[in-house]
Amino acid sequence: MTATLQRRPLVKQILAGADDNLLVIAGLGSPNWDITNAGDRPLNMPLWGAMGAPVGMGLGLALAQPTKRVLVITGDGDMLMSLGSLATVAAQQPDNLAICVLDNEKFGETGNQATHTSPRNNGPTDSGAGADLAMIAKGCGIADSAMVRDQAAIASLVKDLRSKKGPVFRLVKVMVEKLEFVMPPQDGAHLKDRFRQALLGSA
Amino acid sequence: MSDWRDDIFAVFQDHDIRQVYHVPDAGHSRLIEACQTSNSIRTLALTTEEEGIAIAAGAWLGGQRSALLMQSSGVGNTINLMGLTKTLRFPFLTLITMRGEYGEFNSWQYPMGQGTPKVLEAMGVLLYSVDKAEEVKATVDAAARAAFNGGQAVAVLLRQKLIGIKDFGKKKA
Repeated sequence: MTATLQRRPLVKQILAGADDNLLVIAGLGSPNWDITNAGDRPLNMPLWGAMGAPVGMGLGLALAQPTKRVLVITGDGDMLMSLGSLATVAAQQPDNLAICVLDNEKFGETGNQATHTSPRNNGPTDSGAGADLAMIAKGCGIADSAMVRDQAAIASLVKDLRSKKGPVFRLVKVMVEKLEFVMPPQDGAHLKDRFRQALLGSA
Repeated sequence: MSDWRDDIFAVFQDHDIRQVYHVPDAGHSRLIEACQTSNSIRTLALTTEEEGIAIAAGAWLGGQRSALLMQSSGVGNTINLMGLTKTLRFPFLTLITMRGEYGEFNSWQYPMGQGTPKVLEAMGVLLYSVDKAEEVKATVDAAARAAFNGGQAVAVLLRQKLIGIKDFGKKKA
């Protein structure tokens, strides 16, 4: 089944009207450019590296700031690198954490090689396993986990990510697209300090 | 004299450490249990040690101090993400129970145990080392000051000589 959702307008919708109660962490590569395209803000923590870290970072942040909404937006390649972190989230059941995986079934930054979420062809292959990250999240103990692939489901997707009792996991199948890089500041210490200043009042 | 594991717990409280990450570890078990029953500390079991670096970064973004407890055999799992402590420049404290050194019986523990100080140094982590029970409290306290006041990534190596190989696999009363 070919994906029809476009990640940029989708992420714009997810982050529309973001206020000081929404803390966003984005994985390296496309999710970083996606949230920055929606509007760079101090309470965004876009990663330029640290593959496999976003879900853990979201968990630590959600536990430290239980009255804020924490939203992790990352890709399938990043999520595949830290599947265990989903079980670690499930063990803690943070009710303010939502995880959104934008799954285009490709390693976009390195030339669109297939990830294991690509469909499996007949027989052994190096181009996909048909891995279903929503089922994996559910299997790890995140009960509220679902896959989204239709435009009609977007309104409830946005609502779930922004306000539904967590932990919430949503896998969104998105198109493979060639998009402009929209880059936030790169310096990690600066990104961290501006985030803490906006959230805590001091870096 | 109090047990050195209880001394570490007291230092955690002194420094307002609010999140503690661990994988199961016989050497750290008494400390882990103390953290689990504490009202002020949230204790998180990990699937792999590197998760602890990411969660610590998130905790710091949210204004909380944390500590990662691990064995030397898990240090290798953290090395790539350890770079995050430099990139984000955030305070990081880890306590490492050493294996594969003083009188180790298990040959499988030697490679990572012997490599532990070198790989941590290569990643720019400051090393503190302690092999005497009476020096644990002051050492962990100094490490916590270097981390949370000095903004450094700091590892305390709890040497195998301190832990004592006989304790492994047995719960101390």
